[in-house]
Amino acid sequence: MPRPALTFEEIIERLDVYFDVEFTFIKSEQAAELIVQQTRTTQDFILDLSKRIAATNEELSFQFTLNAIRALDAMDRHMVEAWAMTATDNYDRKGLTPAMTVIRDLDNYVHNAHINACGAILEEEISVLLPFLQGLSGRKLKIAESEDNTAYTDTETIYLPAITALLEESKDNFLIYKASVAFLWAQIQFGTFRLPFEEILECDDPDSQLKKVTTLETIRLEACIKRELPGLYRDMQMLKKKTGDDQEHSYPDNWQHITERLSADDAGIEDTLNFMASIDEEAYVAPCCYHGTLKLDQVTVVMSKRIEKEKAYFRIALSELAKESLKKNSDETDIEPEVDASTIFNIKTKDEQQQINSGTIELELEGELMPIPDHVKELITSIIVDFGEIPPEHLHAAGPGEYDLKKYEDEMPNPDDVWQGTYHVEGAELYNEWNFKRQHYHKNWCVLRELEIEPEYDDFVDRALDKHKGLLKSLRHTFEILRGEDKLLKKQVHGDDVDIDALVEAYADVKSGMEMTDRLFTKMHKEERNVAVIFMVDMSGSTKGWINEAERESLILLCEVIQILGDRFAIYGFSGMTRTRCELFKIKAFDEEYDDEIKGRISNIQPKDYTRMGVFIRHMTRLFNEIEASTKLLITISDGKPDDYDTYRGEYGVEDTRQALYEAHRDGIHPYCITIDEEAREYLPHMYGAANYSVIDDVAQLPRKVSDIYRRLTT
Amino acid sequence: MQSKALKPEEYFIEDEPYYQSIGDEIAIFEAAYNQSLPVLLKGPTGCGKTRFMEHMAWRLKRPLITVSCHDDLTASDLVGRFLISGGETVWVDGPLARSVRNGAICYLDEIVEARKDTTVVIHPLADDRRVLPMEKVGEIIEATAEFCLAISYNPGYQSVMKDLKQSTRQRFVALEFDYPDAALESEIIVKETGIDAATANLLVKFAHMTRDLKGSGLDEGASTRLLVHAAKLIHEGISPVVACETAISQAITDDADMMVAMHELSSSLF
Repeated sequence: MPRPALTFEEIIERLDVYFDVEFTFIKSEQAAELIVQQTRTTQDFILDLSKRIAATNEELSFQFTLNAIRALDAMDRHMVEAWAMTATDNYDRKGLTPAMTVIRDLDNYVHNAHINACGAILEEEISVLLPFLQGLSGRKLKIAESEDNTAYTDTETIYLPAITALLEESKDNFLIYKASVAFLWAQIQFGTFRLPFEEILECDDPDSQLKKVTTLETIRLEACIKRELPGLYRDMQMLKKKTGDDQEHSYPDNWQHITERLSADDAGIEDTLNFMASIDEEAYVAPCCYHGTLKLDQVTVVMSKRIEKEKAYFRIALSELAKESLKKNSDETDIEPEVDASTIFNIKTKDEQQQINSGTIELELEGELMPIPDHVKELITSIIVDFGEIPPEHLHAAGPGEYDLKKYEDEMPNPDDVWQGTYHVEGAELYNEWNFKRQHYHKNWCVLRELEIEPEYDDFVDRALDKHKGLLKSLRHTFEILRGEDKLLKKQVHGDDVDIDALVEAYADVKSGMEMTDRLFTKMHKEERNVAVIFMVDMSGSTKGWINEAERESLILLCEVIQILGDRFAIYGFSGMTRTRCELFKIKAFDEEYDDEIKGRISNIQPKDYTRMGVFIRHMTRLFNEIEASTKLLITISDGKPDDYDTYRGEYGVEDTRQALYEAHRDGIHPYCITIDEEAREYLPHMYGAANYSVIDDVAQLPRKVSDIYRRLTT
Repeated sequence: MQSKALKPEEYFIEDEPYYQSIGDEIAIFEAAYNQSLPVLLKGPTGCGKTRFMEHMAWRLKRPLITVSCHDDLTASDLVGRFLISGGETVWVDGPLARSVRNGAICYLDEIVEARKDTTVVIHPLADDRRVLPMEKVGEIIEATAEFCLAISYNPGYQSVMKDLKQSTRQRFVALEFDYPDAALESEIIVKETGIDAATANLLVKFAHMTRDLKGSGLDEGASTRLLVHAAKLIHEGISPVVACETAISQAITDDADMMVAMHELSSSLF
């Protein structure tokens, strides 16, 4: 039997709680009147969402409730939920007003939802478009979302609109993306940007000149695509038919010689230039759906920067090559030979017939062919794309100190400096955070920064080792035994040697009339450990004093014994204050050797601020995903519940941590927690699961217990 | 028709295996063979190393014994072992011992895949001693002038675990193999499969696209072998796009997005 619908009073009662009417003075009646007319399932659906949104903002929830019925008429429940979550996401990012706009502007959302249903979304397609683009030869290009909804390229990045919904089917809309990518790639690859645009546009009517160039180049580039990618060319024709561009795209009859010439195999930008004068205004052809636009100002900026940079890198590479060659040919290997701009390389092409590219080019210095390293090949490819050849002035080796490479390096902000700036998100990594009340993530909520710990060379390590001398000795012994060693397996079907015992037994069996076993060999079996472990150490303010000391001692002992096992391990400390300042301190990365510097860093682990955990677990998960290991272990050493200065406490913190651990688990990581918080038995089972934590009652026992636990976990 | 069963040392390759020489590798191999030097073939998978060995075996008129190494391959798998037969233990030669005894060419394919201790047993064979000690039977077999040891290895794996030890690699004459250039590769495909040159050119172009993706999503680009597979399917009437997908894309990656991207590339070409 269906449950009875809620009465007006019952709904009011609930809404009053959600909207917190005592403080917000929201009048729930209007909303309740709308809801009371619905069936119980719809009522429940709306009330559940109202409650979840109210966890973010009461006013937003109220507006949602007023519009919910209308939304349910226009969209299915799944979409309504997505609509509500878009509003809360907007609230997170931009504040109340934009969030309200999403709710109030329901019609717009419904319209967009329709576009989203049949349109192709760049964010989703980029994982296919990018490898597609990189598979096309030439410079390694990037793809990004354009800000003004047009497709264009700056010769390094191809910008595409966020959504393409020109055609009815999403398959065709994807094809428009694909065609745009290929067409813009062709512009770069086949030399459109080698045209002297400044000269062309220097006249009374630059707009018309630009249209002329575009029209001619389109003919030439489409012919190039027809030659290079015949399959895609067919798709492009099909797109034109579907969008109706094909009628507009027919060229006048007297253009036949132009199209023929521009479509020839050897057509180039010179041909485009030649025809500029001979075509008239009426014949311009409007660009079709995938042609995009030319943004010459951006092209100029990016190109001039790159040309200068690549020239510098190329000439420096030449000077390296020349030095190597000189070194090889001289007997005095100690002296660094000097090279300057008078050292000139020659270019030879292997095959005159073929187009020049990095594969057919050879570099020659004083009659001797030079091997070209891979990174130089990439430079050559890029330079040829810009110039159609390698310009002679590029072929002078760089003299000493001629270039300051720092000028060309991408500026990376120093993490320590960033805090002083106004915009603290720069140069940091962003992570989502789970809001259990909303049952949804706050997107890019936590700002995480990896910081270095300065090593402190004091006597802490020696003291710790001395203090735990006895313990260390016994730990070493236990860990020695654990180390993967060859094990002789007996009675195997295949093996290296005859198992005499088994053979005697089998022989006896045969004599007594029984069946003879085929397990007669011994085999050496090597057990290989393939363990990677990250220790995540709580550096919150509450560890101050002997907890911190015990933590550091534990780490020193652990490092000593893990060395014996040869497991890969990393150590990170974490602390922070609010979501905008999550600080991760690198103590030892996977690829670092355990040496004096690491010891110094351990020695300098100091209590800092608060314990926000989810974000760090998510970061560790990302680190783990970058390495291969059959066992991945994430061990947290902590002294209490997740707790931060803002709302990250109590249930909220526990639930976010639990969600982060769940994500880690999904990626094949085994999380484990060692804590000294005596109350931990109340919340740890919920976060880590019943068997994945240890509570240590006595801090002094921490060093012994941590090593013990590690041994138990990895065998 | 019943297929013949032959002992590996009695199996001589009679028909010339098609091999298109890229450089002077045939001359070098012959010189090394005449001087009793072992040979190391380096190169990516499917670029023709094994075919080259077959061709050389045919040219030198020696039997070819190929061992595909795997991570469980032990020294006894190569040298030989005692087996039980009728209640007695009987010594049975492994492929390496057979080759040495019969003056065959022994080709250890993908040697780095074998266990580290295995590679050491070839050391005495690979230097001027040219002997195979068989500790278990207390014998030493001396190699004849006809015996030849060749190993192959793919440096592209770039794993610390799968690198060839210096003590091993410094015993060999090394021949480096790579995919042939575009014109030659398409010629090879035409000869191997009988498809038309235009399709072969497009296949090679597709291969180059996938090789450009090495490092940005693919571990390895399409090998010549895969191109030949695709070409054979096309020759049988399968559409080129489907052939590229089944014979190439599916073979080199499991990543769904990558597969779609490669489909987009092949459908752009054909």
